[in-house]
Amino acid sequence: MALPEALVAELDQLVLKYPERRAALIPAIHRCQEELGGWISPDTMESLADYFGIEPVDVWGVVSFYPMFRTSEPGEHVVSVCHNLSCDLRGAQEILQRVCEVTGADVGGTSAGGKFTVERVECQGACANAPMFDLDGVYHEDLDDAKVAKILGDLK
Amino acid sequence: MSPHPTFLLDRAKLTDSHTLKVAREDGAYAAIEKILKDKPNPKDVTDEVKSSGLRGRGGAGFPTGLKWSFMPDATKDDRPRYMAVNADESEPGTCKDRILLREDPHGLLEGCLIAGYAMGLEAVYIYVRGEYRLPYKRMQDALDEARAAGLVGKNILGSGFDLEIHMHQGAGAYICGEETGLMESLEGKRGHPRPKPPFPAGFGLWGQPTTVNNVESIFNVPFIMNRGAVWFRGFGSEQSPGNFLCGISGHVERPGVYEVPLGISAREVLEEYAGGVWKGRSLKGWFPGGSSTGLLPPDLLDTPMDHDSIKGIGSMFGTGAMIMLDETACVVRASEVLAHFYDHESCGQCSQCREGTQWLNQIFHRIENGQGSMADVDLLESLAHGMTPGKTICALSDAAAIPTLAVLKHFRDEIVEHVEKGCCPLKGSSGNAPSSDRTEVHA
Repeated sequence: MALPEALVAELDQLVLKYPERRAALIPAIHRCQEELGGWISPDTMESLADYFGIEPVDVWGVVSFYPMFRTSEPGEHVVSVCHNLSCDLRGAQEILQRVCEVTGADVGGTSAGGKFTVERVECQGACANAPMFDLDGVYHEDLDDAKVAKILGDLK
Repeated sequence: MSPHPTFLLDRAKLTDSHTLKVAREDGAYAAIEKILKDKPNPKDVTDEVKSSGLRGRGGAGFPTGLKWSFMPDATKDDRPRYMAVNADESEPGTCKDRILLREDPHGLLEGCLIAGYAMGLEAVYIYVRGEYRLPYKRMQDALDEARAAGLVGKNILGSGFDLEIHMHQGAGAYICGEETGLMESLEGKRGHPRPKPPFPAGFGLWGQPTTVNNVESIFNVPFIMNRGAVWFRGFGSEQSPGNFLCGISGHVERPGVYEVPLGISAREVLEEYAGGVWKGRSLKGWFPGGSSTGLLPPDLLDTPMDHDSIKGIGSMFGTGAMIMLDETACVVRASEVLAHFYDHESCGQCSQCREGTQWLNQIFHRIENGQGSMADVDLLESLAHGMTPGKTICALSDAAAIPTLAVLKHFRDEIVEHVEKGCCPLKGSSGNAPSSDRTEVHA
């Protein structure tokens, strides 16, 4: 499967930032994940390997190392709840439970119908505004039960 | 609210502080303009940073000017040279660089330009952790604006000085905050730290001379150049001059990121800035500078927050990010949460770290869930001693072992109580819920 032309044009610009093309691999994987369904499929890995002139296993090595890259298709919305210490001290566990209740998804799973994927993630660097989650790339901070219900309820 | 004079976050308080217009009206780029007009010897710029006594704000506290001076002499080594700005902020508790990136991107860009002049850099890469999407966008927009205004790129402000600055996005790995892990990652690889030597100044990005500096370190540079090293030394303590951005989180009334002078007591930050321990409770323990620095007892709260004083009590200043635990918090659970983190983040190269972090995680999990034995307590200790000091390629192993040893030193009774009672005596208390439903995920 070839990458869409517009995406290739973008990658062509991206590689110019660096003295070696390969340096653009991680930003390129991000762009593919954003444009191609929120995950990196085996096909996408092959295409990226072709583009960078490296082996697919090298792409896999990178994709599998970085927690932000997904190797299975997520739901329409992804909720990433921080469970590290500063959030834990201010009720992240309860927030996670609430998120699961509201979305109908289990931790690490996707709700029936594919609307929500819920995941537990390590420190997101928003410790002074704990607890927090990232919803589709946007931080929501200083959460409580009501906020969680409102933010996620609006998407249902 | 703020009894100590500030400068780092002053611009960030202005409306639209992230735009070139507001930043320039507030004096952004004045220092680099003056440098490009006067054209001082680049070495003099490094010397000014050196004499300011600025110490790196990313964790190690290494003097920034000294680090710059390790770059090879440009007259004898004409290889291209690089700087990577470490914006992979991911030490638990640390949330300060995010504010600078988001609210004052031009301040950071000016710091990069000055560093570029001082070290004769070919290019600067600002490595932002992947999750920081808004801060990244603010930086990218600021960079585009600065480039359009002739402040970045070729022939900056008509001076003949060139410097490229690029934004780079990470992808969620803590280990990429380690400078050599960051370089590997920036080259498009797994973030495996490199053995040192060779050091980055000789063999860094793409094998070229490289310096890696934290966001807040570079952000301080324009202030030092504008007002001088002597002025800068008017803040903070003799060995750790300047102000720093102190994040304080956990069980406090007003968590936040506060600009305070180095050497301020931890108690003053807690009581005067953060409004004290929340809900009228008392303090059980506190981390002085991020999770890797270890949990300390309340009687050490009068320690000055600077590198040497915190080192003097057997801990580290780290990123200056304080995490506070009230009397209801369970130290075993806190240890378990952190052990899980280090287990998840270990890159797997060194056996002490790869295996050790996993063991620590499992043992703390066992003790917290009432299945621990006294042998487990001893095992924690011997394991941690096998992981530190300096037994691995990078310091992640130490970062997992140090909080383990600290909790054994200061809070051993509470760990033993878990074992003896066969349960967590604090289970269900506020903000510190039971951990039995946690799934184990190993990266």
